[in-house]
Amino acid sequence: MNTPSNLRFAASHEWVRLDGDIATVGISDHAQAELTDVVFVELPAMGRSVDAGDPTAVVESVKAASDIYAPIGGEVVEVNPEVEADPSLVNTDPYGKGWIFRLQVKSAADVDTLMDAAAYEAQIG
Amino acid sequence: MPVQYTAIIEEHTAVRTACGIFDISHMGQLIVTGANAASWLNRMLTNDVADLGVGQGQYTLLLNERGGVIDDLIAYRSGEAAFFLVVNASMIDEDFAWLEGHLDDGVTLTNESDHWAGMAVQGPKAVEVFSKVFPDEILPPRNGIAAMADGGIVCRTGYTGEDGFEFFSPASEGIAYWDRFVAAGAKPCALGSRDTLRLEMGYPLNGNDLSPDRSPIEAGLGFFCDLDKGDFMGRETLAQQNANGPALRLTAIRYLDKGPPPRAHYPVASADGVVIGELSSGALSPSLMAGIGMAYLPAEFAAIGTHLQIEVRGKFFPAVVVKKPFYKPAHSI
Repeated sequence: MNTPSNLRFAASHEWVRLDGDIATVGISDHAQAELTDVVFVELPAMGRSVDAGDPTAVVESVKAASDIYAPIGGEVVEVNPEVEADPSLVNTDPYGKGWIFRLQVKSAADVDTLMDAAAYEAQIG
Repeated sequence: MPVQYTAIIEEHTAVRTACGIFDISHMGQLIVTGANAASWLNRMLTNDVADLGVGQGQYTLLLNERGGVIDDLIAYRSGEAAFFLVVNASMIDEDFAWLEGHLDDGVTLTNESDHWAGMAVQGPKAVEVFSKVFPDEILPPRNGIAAMADGGIVCRTGYTGEDGFEFFSPASEGIAYWDRFVAAGAKPCALGSRDTLRLEMGYPLNGNDLSPDRSPIEAGLGFFCDLDKGDFMGRETLAQQNANGPALRLTAIRYLDKGPPPRAHYPVASADGVVIGELSSGALSPSLMAGIGMAYLPAEFAAIGTHLQIEVRGKFFPAVVVKKPFYKPAHSI
């Protein structure tokens, strides 16, 4: 299972990449493998303000609908139209073209509350 | 059986294009024998067992006094006065208790569910898989049943719309047969694809689309209810609904556009936004890549072509009433 070392991870399987005060969010390779066949992504509204842990997007496989939680607080400043058009990008490129939304974070230091790759790999065992 | 062994779409596609195998050992087998077996079953089930020659089977329903569905099942005539009933797993005890409570003289009812392992082998290559495992046996025709030399039972039926068979062996031999069918080319498939395959055909799932409060006429299964064969449990309700038209109809609905997969219990609204029911089943159809579902709706909304909406997380997605099946297999027999 692929777990890039430059990302941080939430216990609920979202990843975050911080560039300045912009956090890009997607779901981990482990999560996409568990969900299989992502067939629908519901993106959040632009400008929506979210706190850490808020359900922010929805990823659906044939099997089930899963909430995607904001790993840290912020305002939605960008969403990925490509995963709306082709949800399978979440499966095929979860850390690249399969990103889901971007937040302008309230505090960049919040990202330190998340797991690093080693800790996340230990969680998913 | 798990929800998936690999992935639902992959398993679904294997059944539509090649061959899949489902573990159906959980399903129940009830044996009915005796001089009065046929006449008694005809008073307990909706279809006419008198139509069955030895070796033939039919889809039929077990109803309560109100005409509501206790279970749907396949009844096979395995001998002149012997019947093999394959019933839903969750209903074995209830079906048995109901039948036993109405038993007649000259009829013996036995629950053999623990004696049998079961596998459904389905898809355009199912016959080829069968021949590899049993080179000296011949599959019975559609809906037929046959006893096999090794003690197994094979039925030419399924729940996918594809050609295929259900095979029952003594429970202790189930795993060995499973391995032989897999080695012969059947891909292991699980509950998730079993559900999408049956829903594409518009086949009802008891507990979702059938219930003790809904009749087979409302469920669109009137074809399997012989109102002319004489009296049977629940007949009065069915005859009334058949004459007057049922107030509710189990309706097949398909999305007009892309949208989140429809799922059971999502509200169904009219074109102008009034909620008129909820989905009893729903899924993204892997064959059509479109949302499909079924719902009991007032009859005035059940006509083919009626525009509806399905509500998902507060948003409404346009849909239309379509004819069943949603999908026509290229390979059915």
